[in-house]
Amino acid sequence: MNQIPALIRVFAYLSILTVGGGMAAFPELKVLTVDVHHWLDFKQLIHLYSVGQMMPGPNMMMIVSIGEWAAGLAGAVVVLLAFFGPTAVLALTIGRLWVRLEKWPWRASIQKGLAPVSIGLLLAGCFTMARGAITGWNTAVIGMSVFLILLRFKINPALLILGGALVGLFTFKPIGPL
Amino acid sequence: MSEAAPAFDPNAMAASHVPPAAVPGAVEAPTAKPTVAGIFGAFLLIGATSFGGGVVAYLRSSLVTKHKWVDDKTFVELLAISQTLPGLNATNMAILVGDRLRGLPGAIAAVIGICLPGALLMYLVGMVYHEHGDRPLVTAALKGVAAAAVGLILATTVQLSKKSLAHVYDLVFIALTVIGVNRLHQRVPRVLVVVGILAILWYRPRKKVEEGSSQ
Repeated sequence: MNQIPALIRVFAYLSILTVGGGMAAFPELKVLTVDVHHWLDFKQLIHLYSVGQMMPGPNMMMIVSIGEWAAGLAGAVVVLLAFFGPTAVLALTIGRLWVRLEKWPWRASIQKGLAPVSIGLLLAGCFTMARGAITGWNTAVIGMSVFLILLRFKINPALLILGGALVGLFTFKPIGPL
Repeated sequence: MSEAAPAFDPNAMAASHVPPAAVPGAVEAPTAKPTVAGIFGAFLLIGATSFGGGVVAYLRSSLVTKHKWVDDKTFVELLAISQTLPGLNATNMAILVGDRLRGLPGAIAAVIGICLPGALLMYLVGMVYHEHGDRPLVTAALKGVAAAAVGLILATTVQLSKKSLAHVYDLVFIALTVIGVNRLHQRVPRVLVVVGILAILWYRPRKKVEEGSSQ
C-alpha cells in the first residue's frame, strides 16, 4: 500500500505540535506511527529516537528513518518536507511580523503563557518515553545518572549516551560468549 | 562527516571578512551580508558538528562570535521567537537568521544546511538498524542508550525551565499539561489548546501596572 499520503498527513500534523521542542510531539508520534500506522513498534521508536539524540543537527532527524522504513527514499524525503515545511512557513511569516507585533500587548501574554505549557509538553513526552525505556532498576540507574551528571557538570551529552551504550552492552548482554 | 564540512567554510569566511563600513558609531549594523552559499556552508558546518544536542550554543558561537552576522541582542530575540513558535529551535533559528540575512533564499539555504548531515546519518542508521536491530548485543546497547537518552531529555527540560519560567503559577500550568497527557490520556493538541489558552489568559495584558517588573 502506498504510505506516502499517510506519511505526509502524520508528519505535517506532528510538526505543528512541536511547541518547545521535538519531545512535545512524542506522545502523538508514538500513537500515530506505532499504534495507528504500524510503521514500527514502540521499542524501535525508542531506539531510533535515542540514537537520534547522538546525531548532530536538529534532534528529530530520526523521522527520516521512519520515512525510509515506510516508503524508501521517497518516504524519507517526504517526511522531512512534511515535518519541517509547515513550521518553516510559520517561522518565516511570524519572524517578519514580529517587529510589528512588538506593541501588541498579547505578544508578551502568549510568550509567558506558552512557556510553561511547552515545558509541560516536553515533560509529558519524556514520561511517555520513560515508560518504554526505563524498564527496571538498572535502566533507572542509567537514566538517573545521566540526568544528575548533566545538571552538575558541563559535559557533551553525546558522550554520556555512548556511555549508556557501553553500560547497556555489559549489563544486558545475553549470558555466554560474545 | 566533520572532515568534509569545513571545505565549505572558506566561502563563509570570505563573506565575513569584508571590512565593515567605516561609519563611526555604526556598531549595531551587521558587518557584512554573507552570500546564500556562505549561509549554507555555515549552517551545514553546524549541522555536521553539533553532536550531543544543544544546537543553540553551536549556533551562537558560529553566527554571533565567529561570523558576526547577528549581534547578541538579535540572537536572543530570535531565540525567543523560536521557542514560542512550534518547530524545533534549531530549524526555526535557521529560518529566522537566514531570512534576516538573505531573505527567502537565505532561509531555505540555512534550514537545508542544518538538516542535511543529521538527515543523511539517520537515513543510514535507520537502514543498518532495520537489518541488525534485533541482534542481542545491539538490543543490549540500545537499552542503555534509551535509558541514557531519557536522562538527557529530562535534564534539557529542567535546564530550559530554569531559564524560561518566571512565576510559581507556571508550575500549575506544567502540572496541568503533564496530567492531561500522561494521566488523563488526552491528545496533545487538545491539552495544548486548553491549557495554552488558560495560561495566556492568566498572563493577559493588564491595564493596571501591578506587575511593573516584567522580568
